[in-house]
Amino acid sequence: MSGDERWKGYRGPAREALIRFGVGVWEDVWLRSRKGEFRGLVLPRNETADDRHVVLKLETGYNVGIAADSILDVVSKGRREAHYHIPEREFPTDPDKPRVTLLGTGGTIASRLDYRTGAVIPAFSPGELYGSVPELADICNLRTEKLYAVFSENMGPEQWIGLATAVAREIESGVDGIVIGHGTDTMHHTAAVLSFMVQDPPVPIVMVGSQRSSDRPSSDAALNLIHAALTAARSDIAEVLVCMFGPTSDRYGLLHRGTRVRKMHSSSRSTFRTIGDIPVALVSREEGVRPLRRDYRKRRKDRRVRLDAVFDDRVGIVYYYPGMKPDVVDALVERGYRGIVIAGTGLGHVNKPLYPALRRAVDAGVHVFMTVQTLWGYVQMYVYDTGRDLMDLGVVPAANMLPEVAYMKLGWVLGHTHDRDEVRRLMRTPVANEVTPREPPDGYLVLQGGLPEVERFLKKHRM
Amino acid sequence: MREPDSANSFDDLEFYAAIGLQCGLEVHRQLATEHKLFCACPVRPYSPLYDAEILRHMRPTLSELGEYDPTALMEFKTRKQIIYRLNRDTVCTYEMDDAPPFALNRDALERALVVAIMLNLNLVDELHVARKQYLDGSIPTGFQRTCILGVGGRITVNGRRIGVRQLGLEEDACREVSDVGHTRTFLTDRLSIPLIEVVTESQARTPVEAAEFARVIRRLCHLSGVVRTGLGTVRQDVNVSIHGGSRVEIKGVPRIRQIPPLVHYEALRQKALLEAREAAKARGLGPDAFDEGDEDVTAEVRRLDHPVFSQAVAEGGRARAVVLRRCAGLLAWPLGPTRTLASEVSDRVRVVACLDRLPNIAHTDDPSLGQAWWREVRARAGAADGDAVVVVAGPRQDVATAVEEVRIRMREALAGVPRETRRALPNGETAFERVLPGPDRMYPDTDLPPVALNDDDFERARARAPAPLEEVEARWRGLGLSRAQVDALLFTDRFRLFDEALPRVRLRPTVLAYLVADFLTGLGRDGVDVGRADADLLASLYGSGTAGTLTQKEAAAQLREALSDGRHAP
Ligand SMILES: [Zn+2]
Repeated sequence: MSGDERWKGYRGPAREALIRFGVGVWEDVWLRSRKGEFRGLVLPRNETADDRHVVLKLETGYNVGIAADSILDVVSKGRREAHYHIPEREFPTDPDKPRVTLLGTGGTIASRLDYRTGAVIPAFSPGELYGSVPELADICNLRTEKLYAVFSENMGPEQWIGLATAVAREIESGVDGIVIGHGTDTMHHTAAVLSFMVQDPPVPIVMVGSQRSSDRPSSDAALNLIHAALTAARSDIAEVLVCMFGPTSDRYGLLHRGTRVRKMHSSSRSTFRTIGDIPVALVSREEGVRPLRRDYRKRRKDRRVRLDAVFDDRVGIVYYYPGMKPDVVDALVERGYRGIVIAGTGLGHVNKPLYPALRRAVDAGVHVFMTVQTLWGYVQMYVYDTGRDLMDLGVVPAANMLPEVAYMKLGWVLGHTHDRDEVRRLMRTPVANEVTPREPPDGYLVLQGGLPEVERFLKKHRM
Repeated sequence: MREPDSANSFDDLEFYAAIGLQCGLEVHRQLATEHKLFCACPVRPYSPLYDAEILRHMRPTLSELGEYDPTALMEFKTRKQIIYRLNRDTVCTYEMDDAPPFALNRDALERALVVAIMLNLNLVDELHVARKQYLDGSIPTGFQRTCILGVGGRITVNGRRIGVRQLGLEEDACREVSDVGHTRTFLTDRLSIPLIEVVTESQARTPVEAAEFARVIRRLCHLSGVVRTGLGTVRQDVNVSIHGGSRVEIKGVPRIRQIPPLVHYEALRQKALLEAREAAKARGLGPDAFDEGDEDVTAEVRRLDHPVFSQAVAEGGRARAVVLRRCAGLLAWPLGPTRTLASEVSDRVRVVACLDRLPNIAHTDDPSLGQAWWREVRARAGAADGDAVVVVAGPRQDVATAVEEVRIRMREALAGVPRETRRALPNGETAFERVLPGPDRMYPDTDLPPVALNDDDFERARARAPAPLEEVEARWRGLGLSRAQVDALLFTDRFRLFDEALPRVRLRPTVLAYLVADFLTGLGRDGVDVGRADADLLASLYGSGTAGTLTQKEAAAQLREALSDGRHAP
């Protein structure tokens, strides 16, 4: 066994102590420190932890750390290595059930723990998934393919294009639906860009993840995965959707349009919201998919899909704040950026000192679009002089496109053309409801806690 | 062998040694912190009020060592819906499991260290927060965050040194409101209050000694000054086994005086189970004896007038008979004053299959349903004369679970005493609660980094720790105080006032102890504001003259007067 294995994760004084007493990881030891005696199994050390402690797993299952410089004696009583395994059972196939492909990009739909790093390692093969979420076999025949194993913040143009290409290939090969496992942090970014890159699909393309990793008993992962599989296998909604918990309770999932969805809480299960509209459907084990609206693209028998996977990543989002200096904009232009999405205040405003910089940007051929940092509502640049001035400078209002969606769309558009009029035309032509002609009265509902009527609502309906 | 009867004093060393009683305690006690262990929520008095509810389910996950825990699988079989009631004043998104933990409460840590020092533990240098799985829903995450501060300590009980296996610092669980059918409801105000868990070695030789362990730990906790006191702040788990038996954990015993009968009857239950096993073996029963033989008897049950079954089938449920070959008579095997092997089977059916309207089973050792009816059921199920038959009824899926649980419990009877956690019944007996979890339910908490303890942490806690309990008690006893007076001082938390006032008054120490512990407590109960009774007041009343000759009664009269007319108010 190599030294790296024998003292796995240990560095510095802790590693020296283990070497000095001739013991390694997975050895059952009796250890005497200046504070007393301990009996346990030497565990590998998390590489991000300090180099001054040795970790023992006690017989009771607890782990404790002993300071390396306080160890007086260690005696090995033998070796006992533990192995992780997810109970793997062959995924049953049923010719009468729909075929679903699960494409993995990372994230933790199903997972196990690596206790050297404390990291969660995804379980992914159909057998592993069947071992942890056997209900999937009642829904569909599942094939899985791991495209990437990255945290969602590391997804980028290369992965988006690869993912879109894989989705189109799967559609052409005849699957009845696609599920995409994705980390939740940037799930709405990927959902938006897929909506532009994979147009008019004949089957559901359902993105799913979890807010509580599946190594916990209370995880939302299994239920989200079941909901996503149900949607992909059975629903007639042939769009790019995000499928995640509706309320924080284990009640139902919501199907959000890829271009209108946003992660709105850093940790809650009910973090995804459709912004400025209502979700497409509810999904639950009991009722299946229950549409909330009728204007979605319907499932088709044909295998036609328009793959348009291009992206120019020389686009940036400028989140405006009062007092912003014009050099922020100048810097982007000087570094060769070709598109800027501004998240402006209110109806779409920035301060006057920025005007000359915006003028310089437009003159340099940079395409500048305005969105609102309020997220809800439309850009309306005619109401105040500020807005009219900005439009005169060549800043183009992007209606009610969400800032991240506008970023994705502009990158996608600039992958096709840099002609000013053509860019503006494409940005203004909705592909997948990224701009909607109207915001319904219930498109903006953020219930305010503490109000008597809201408290009554909460008491009656589980959150 | 002579068995003590229920009126005995539970201290017959010879008897318990002969059956090989081993008994230890896990004492859970809340720490008197202002805030919870992993979030900024305040600790408030319990309240049944709530603002909102959430619904969750629990799924078993793999432990660090790659195995499913048996308790986890049992709880998964119950398919419970868990409802949590949330009160905005005492719960945040952390307790809802909608936010990761914040840093460990340092005040709680320091308090726990004080107790660890008093227990003479070998202290660890780095805390590793673990997740201990609880799939019963009592914690919304599905696990309790817990860590070990020290191992291998000791306490002195009646002059005998008793081992303390470990001290844990952990978050408290929810309070259960109800558990009916497939729905279990919890209040969350108690959730995540910091708690210490003191685990003793199984060195109690009699049930009475087990209670003594608990009393010593209670005194030590009070003396530490770092714990919360009063109703609902302490719970004891009692571990019991005998020769050839298994470790059984009696959960959540709130009062120490309940411990001796519980230990006694559990020891006798294990003894009776081992005898039942021998009887079953003598009949040639093997582990595969219960693998098959069950039949739908819904039609037969329809002809009955049974308080539970009739309703179950009327609601569209099914009834099933399980044949237990060559088991006639075994189900009536007595396991305690009111319990038989059939009670254990019934418990399993109640807990795991959620058939919780009682009686939830009928069996051939209890002929109350009539010989004629049982003849029909036996015929339908294909049971022979020496066979026993158990009937269960309810929703189809629950009945399928119940049939399996009957078999599982009978197989366990052949193995002896199943490892279980049990709950206390009022008469000192116990009932099955869950399968006993193993170390497989522990896994590291990836949300929190290890917490290194440094010399300052240890020094601060050492400075805060009082003198050892034995020393303090010896000093008080040396002043002539009785055992009961010492306990009264400790348990009313007025021992500090006693020690402060003692050098400043001329009263006999026993009289002072009476005033401070018993008399003030009584006055407080009568609504008198006893907060003013500090060392200054006592010194002004009894600091001079003839106070040394005052009787208990005379001294008390003076104190009552002083507190009621406010003459000595500052
Ligand atoms: Zn909280």
